[in-house]
Amino acid sequence: MRQKLAWLALAAIVLAALPFPLSEPHTVELATVGAYFIAILGVDLLGRHAGEVSLGHGGFMAVGAYTTATLTADHGVRDLWTIPAAAAVAGGVGLLAGLPGLRVSGLSFALASFGIAVAAPTTLRRFDHLTGGSRGIALFGKSTQTGHGLGVLGLTNGQWLYALTWTVGVACFLVLWAILASSFGRSLHAVRDSELAAAAAGVNRPAVKLAAFGISAALAGIAGSLLAIDVAYVSPHTFPIQLSLYLLVGSVAGLYGSIWGAVLGALLVQYLSRLVGLVPHVDTSRAGPATFFFGATLVALMLALPLVLRSADAIARRGHARPH
Amino acid sequence: MTGFLEHLVSGLASGGIYGLLALAIVLVRRTTGVINFAQGEMATLAAFGCWTLVDHGWAFWPAFGATIALSFAGGAALQVVVLRPVERGPLAGILVLTVGLLLSLNGLTAWIGGGAPKRFDGPFSASLVTVGGAAFSKRDLGVVVASLAVAALVGLLLTRTKLGLGLRAASASPAEARLAGVRVGAMRAAGWGLAAALGAVAGVLAAPSLGLEPNMLQTALLYALAAAVLGGLDSPAGALVGGLLLGVLLDLVGGCVHWVGGELRPATALAVLLAVLLVRPAGPLGVRRA
Repeated sequence: MRQKLAWLALAAIVLAALPFPLSEPHTVELATVGAYFIAILGVDLLGRHAGEVSLGHGGFMAVGAYTTATLTADHGVRDLWTIPAAAAVAGGVGLLAGLPGLRVSGLSFALASFGIAVAAPTTLRRFDHLTGGSRGIALFGKSTQTGHGLGVLGLTNGQWLYALTWTVGVACFLVLWAILASSFGRSLHAVRDSELAAAAAGVNRPAVKLAAFGISAALAGIAGSLLAIDVAYVSPHTFPIQLSLYLLVGSVAGLYGSIWGAVLGALLVQYLSRLVGLVPHVDTSRAGPATFFFGATLVALMLALPLVLRSADAIARRGHARPH
Repeated sequence: MTGFLEHLVSGLASGGIYGLLALAIVLVRRTTGVINFAQGEMATLAAFGCWTLVDHGWAFWPAFGATIALSFAGGAALQVVVLRPVERGPLAGILVLTVGLLLSLNGLTAWIGGGAPKRFDGPFSASLVTVGGAAFSKRDLGVVVASLAVAALVGLLLTRTKLGLGLRAASASPAEARLAGVRVGAMRAAGWGLAAALGAVAGVLAAPSLGLEPNMLQTALLYALAAAVLGGLDSPAGALVGGLLLGVLLDLVGGCVHWVGGELRPATALAVLLAVLLVRPAGPLGVRRA
């Protein structure tokens, strides 16, 4: 436990110090990594703790991002205060998508969330009086709507975005950790492991599942809100179907859970396309190669994962058997 | 009235394509218990293959035949190489694996074929025929007839042939089928192959009107999933009827209700999907299997 705390403290120091040696654009990039981190926490919550697959977290991110964009551009709200609103709206859409999951479990949330990911871009285009259609929305009319413009701690814009995103990210992680350590977390695991046994033990399965869908989508909403703030612009192209699926890749690449896994997954979502550029004879100016490698990563992980988990299990068991 | 007829035919044409894709999804689900999210991308890749052959000077029909044969082999190979190792694992994992296939194939198509839409004329001309004042495109009529014919062929294959019997036996009760001498593994591969071949037909039929590009069938996959859910996810006939119904519904609502237009069609399909899952998960068109 002490060792674990030491690692987390070290990570916090690195996280806080990271932007100082970096250039402004790189700092903004790392801020968007923070947004993906939060979204992947949401995917993890479903994948690891609720036993459900979400193919639509990009769609929930879009909901959060447009909530923030509308509030800042049309109503002059400050960046910070739009985040709770984004969480609430996206969480509400998540509850809606989760409703069928109360009757039939397993596939239905995957189907419904995939539908949201597919429908989000065109639906955004339809309501162009609100969303600006394909042109999108530029977020901040006045510089005093951002922390940088207000001169918080004298940070540069990149540093402010980085500090904001990762502070919210760490807060989300801590809240999620507290939720999972509570009786709700135990109920969630019980429902995942055996719905029948959970019901027999008096767990309210529909309520627990629905809450998980809502919290998970709310996390994606926060992520979308922060992404919108980080790049100060949203359009339907920001949220293609592929984004939802990349987030799933990120979640699985982090072995479906643990804080390190989510960080790794978020880095992957942001940087994989550039890593692919290092492979000789690959032209990354086109979308194809990056998408292909995302998919290939996922297929390889899913094929290798059972082996990895089995050997990890064996190592852990050997560790326990050894007398201390 | 003529406007209604025109929408009906163009809706049936799109619906036939959704129905074929839905049929492929149901076949995979029946034979291997999985929803294959890569079904649409497999079809797009097949359409690209067919276009490439035609582009290299092949006549359409031989190219189409070769595409179907290659798709069958490719689908069966995917099942054997990629799906079989995880077959006994949790369903969520297999679902995620098919999402990986979706991304890989989408990326591969864009990588090889390029992102720009290709012109692909297909077997039917786009000219109009006028019947009693209503103008129908020959292509739409051709697609309706072709998809119904292909679906009927699949129906005959499933109910009247030894292969169909084997497929149904292997999906209904694998253990008993194995005792009766059915090669269950081969049947599962054949199920994927058949689904891939069906998808190839859908892709080639869809390409001329949708414009051949890597993301061509992503929205259609949602429609096909909604159609399959309408049919209860387990019924081939239900999937086809669900596809046709959804095609007509989306075309009528999109064309006649100005508020919906083209852009809210995916949202309409999503609403249908959610409503069916909520109200009657077995599918309004589904039959309860004994």
